[in-house]
Amino acid sequence: MSLATTKTSKIDRLAELTAKTETSSGASLWREAFRRLRSSKMAIIGAVVIAVFVVVAIVGPWFAPHTPTAQTWRGEVFPNQGKFIGARGENWFGLDHLGRDMFSRMLVGARQTLLVGVVSMLIGLILGALVGALSGAAATLGGRAGRRLDDAIMRVTDLMLALPSLLLAVSVAAVMGQSLTTVMIAVGVVQIPIFARLLRGSMLAQGGKDYVLAARSLGIRKRRIVLTQIMPNSLSPVIVQATLSLATAIIEAAALSYLGLGNPDPAVPEWGVMLSQAQRFFDNAPMMSMYPAVAIIVTALGFTLLGEAMREALDPKLRG
Amino acid sequence: MAGRTRIPFPYHSYNTRKKGACGVLRLVVRRLLQLIPTLLGLSVLLFIWLNRLPGGPASAILGERATEAEVARINRALGLDQPLYVQYGRFLKRIFELDLGTSTQTGQPVWDEFVLRFPATVELSVAAMLIAVAVGIPLGYLAARKRGGWLDVASVSGSLVGICIPVFFLALILKGVFAVNLGLFPSYGRMDTGLDATSVTGFAVLDGVLTGEFDASWDAIMHLVLPALALSSIPLAVIVRMTRASVLEVLGEDYIRTAESKGLERKTVRGRHILRNALLPVVTTIGLLTGSLLSGAVLTESVFSFGGIGSFIRTAIDARDYPVLVGFIMFIATVYVLINLLVDLAYSVIDPRVRVH
Amino acid sequence: MPLLNVDELTVTFGGRGRKDVKAVNGVSFSVDEGQVVGLVGESGCGKSVTSLALMGLLPRKGVTLGGRADFDGSDLLSMSPRKMRDLRGSKLAMIFQDPLSSLNPVVPIGVQVTEILQRHRGMKGEAARKEAAHLLDRVGIPDPDRRLTEYPHQLSGGMRQRALIAMAVACAPRLLIADEPTTALDVTIQAQILELLKELVDQEGTALLMITHDLGVVAGLCDQVNVLYAGKVVESSGRRELFAHPTHPYTHGLLGSIPRLDAPRGEPLNPIRGSINDQIAWAEGCAFAPRCDRYEMGCLTGTPELTEPREAGHEARCVNPVLATTEVPA
Repeated sequence: MSLATTKTSKIDRLAELTAKTETSSGASLWREAFRRLRSSKMAIIGAVVIAVFVVVAIVGPWFAPHTPTAQTWRGEVFPNQGKFIGARGENWFGLDHLGRDMFSRMLVGARQTLLVGVVSMLIGLILGALVGALSGAAATLGGRAGRRLDDAIMRVTDLMLALPSLLLAVSVAAVMGQSLTTVMIAVGVVQIPIFARLLRGSMLAQGGKDYVLAARSLGIRKRRIVLTQIMPNSLSPVIVQATLSLATAIIEAAALSYLGLGNPDPAVPEWGVMLSQAQRFFDNAPMMSMYPAVAIIVTALGFTLLGEAMREALDPKLRG
Repeated sequence: MAGRTRIPFPYHSYNTRKKGACGVLRLVVRRLLQLIPTLLGLSVLLFIWLNRLPGGPASAILGERATEAEVARINRALGLDQPLYVQYGRFLKRIFELDLGTSTQTGQPVWDEFVLRFPATVELSVAAMLIAVAVGIPLGYLAARKRGGWLDVASVSGSLVGICIPVFFLALILKGVFAVNLGLFPSYGRMDTGLDATSVTGFAVLDGVLTGEFDASWDAIMHLVLPALALSSIPLAVIVRMTRASVLEVLGEDYIRTAESKGLERKTVRGRHILRNALLPVVTTIGLLTGSLLSGAVLTESVFSFGGIGSFIRTAIDARDYPVLVGFIMFIATVYVLINLLVDLAYSVIDPRVRVH
Repeated sequence: MPLLNVDELTVTFGGRGRKDVKAVNGVSFSVDEGQVVGLVGESGCGKSVTSLALMGLLPRKGVTLGGRADFDGSDLLSMSPRKMRDLRGSKLAMIFQDPLSSLNPVVPIGVQVTEILQRHRGMKGEAARKEAAHLLDRVGIPDPDRRLTEYPHQLSGGMRQRALIAMAVACAPRLLIADEPTTALDVTIQAQILELLKELVDQEGTALLMITHDLGVVAGLCDQVNVLYAGKVVESSGRRELFAHPTHPYTHGLLGSIPRLDAPRGEPLNPIRGSINDQIAWAEGCAFAPRCDRYEMGCLTGTPELTEPREAGHEARCVNPVLATTEVPA
């Protein structure tokens, strides 16, 4: 009995050692990536844009010069006659079609846009990573039954990928009714198969590496190998994708708003909704569309730049 | 080996070609069989979805403003008093018979509506993809060859920005600038109403060529330019980046050095050695882009009132025209799977290594 | 007049704000018509870069070439890219190290052979195909008609290297450069490939520049041997003389570090200390000094000159060369 326990503790000790070297080398990999990230122009521009966006989203509403929902200048704007008010001293970005202050609406809208992006990305990330991790673990270490499970899961994600994202969103919106939550779920659901495939693929790649074989030959339990060895080494593409999908989510949410499936609550301004409302008056008041559109594009670009820079920093092949 | 048949120049001996054809056939059959569970799964999802809709299938068919008497009538007619599996069986049977129900907007069978509008969408998507491929591949190649040069920087940043511009906004800008303000292109529709073009296939450009009405073809092309440009933005951005990355990788391969060491002409090295290898992953990407292309078509078509399936779906969304939406989802999924099947086939033809497995 | 005369070749990598690296630092050697010349050294000594520089295959950006390389009356280093393209594959050909990655995976072997015939010999269609089959047959590939239709992954490693050799000799080049042609192959196949190269060279009178780290290859093949260290030739001599009297301590060490079957059991091997990274700049003194057993203060007074300390035609770049016959490794 005592012999058996010493034996297992010895193996555990070995496992600890291998795990430790694994994570310590992992940490240096991350540190190395971070060092490369800091010297990348793309990453810095992206990070600055994101920082500005987040700050505006958090503190913006307190600095709004006017109430974003008040139709204070209702009498000055006549959309039917093509009469709009552009930028002026009182209203930096002019007025919208209902006589509300565009600048205040932009400031307040940032928060909603950030919320939509982050929540839907999290929905996609969490559910997708769960599905992907299950599939990847089953495929690498689950034997024949595992491969079958992996096959079934991948068939389902294929199915989801086959659906144009907007239609998936339309379907969700049709069942759940129209609300901000619907938008976030719809945009998030579209991301699930992407995250799932990515994590699975990267786990499969890691699962075939020699260090996994080494861990197995030391007699470490499969569950432990997946959690302590394979997972930490498979996460980098998922993190990159999370950054990139923040950009996609913001654009996708804007597209949903354009299709009339956005947040119906007029009390809360949101860039996508603002753009879809303003575009109807594009011929007479193009600037009204420009403010939210440029804000969406620049923000999405910020996340894209950072994501791409991260991808490059983490990919040893692209170094140099 | 003495009695061996002489082999003609392009070096496909008869036995390898036969082997290849057989492998391709097996691949087609296998992929078509895989299509069945995918579509079945999709139909189950759609069936559940229809049943979950507020008001159930009756209001899905009649729209939200249906009276109770109508709902009861439809429920009886649809056999909603019967168990779910019977209902599902019927649902499936109707899909197989291409009976996708009746559009609540037009009162016409959904299938007929699709057949009527599909050519426009195909025309637009193909035009967009052609632009993306014709511009994207050369641009990606040149960017990679002149890595770090101005063209490289411009095309990489351009493609990053391209991915970040919402498609409908780009469409709006193009329309506002080139159609409304400059008047270079028409701003909506597929053809000028004044032209009395004969419709043969439903593909406006092709029809004009077939009937000899070249003015009609030209007019259709002019109507295509702006929507196709808008729609091509995302595929173009993706193809540029993909081609660039792929060419960069191939340029570092040993066989390119071998080709150069043989003193081959530049164009031989470029076509046979660099591009033939570098375009393999690009081909796969093109297949995967179909999904986003069709999403984009819904947005672009509605900006330009293009009259394809996209515009139709846009109004169907507004009108909660569920039979149209269900039919469209089934339809799109099938098209997507089929296109990716074609891409896989193309891949197995270009890449000899795949053929063996 | 030699066929190829390399004079003070330097290759410097640099640019984009990075520190310049001199990969080849004044290499001189020559190859006579029909001669087999070896370029020997460990990885990182600049031997592959030398061959790529001669072939004009180094990237133009970030690379600075110096010196001359006269081939058949004209300087390879200053030749226009167009002229170089005409020369490569016809008068000047090369074989590379890894035969699998050196062949285009998606193009049939046949096309890869005929394209060079088409380019340099203007052959087309059936004639080109016939010639290609003949070439494959000559390098010992059985059933050449079938092989022409196959793709590289369908061939074995030895076959692939034979196919590459067929391409290299397709236009009967004056000089063939072989960069480690046997390193990626099994030992039995290595011998066959070397035998084939020897045969081709003898038959056609082609000169061969053999680049290798394997002294066995040198012993079996080369007439003249140049030993490279840190981008400079440190010893140059005929094959027999070099193996009999290695004069530079580096060559001496190389020969001494080969394991021998007739050595007593348990006898430790005699490796050279350290690695090629432990070096000093040639301008300061002998780059090999940090690893050298015979190192003395005199080694650190500028670049040692090539001298002939033992006999004419046997050059060594060393202040304190190995001269006593007793010191020759057993």
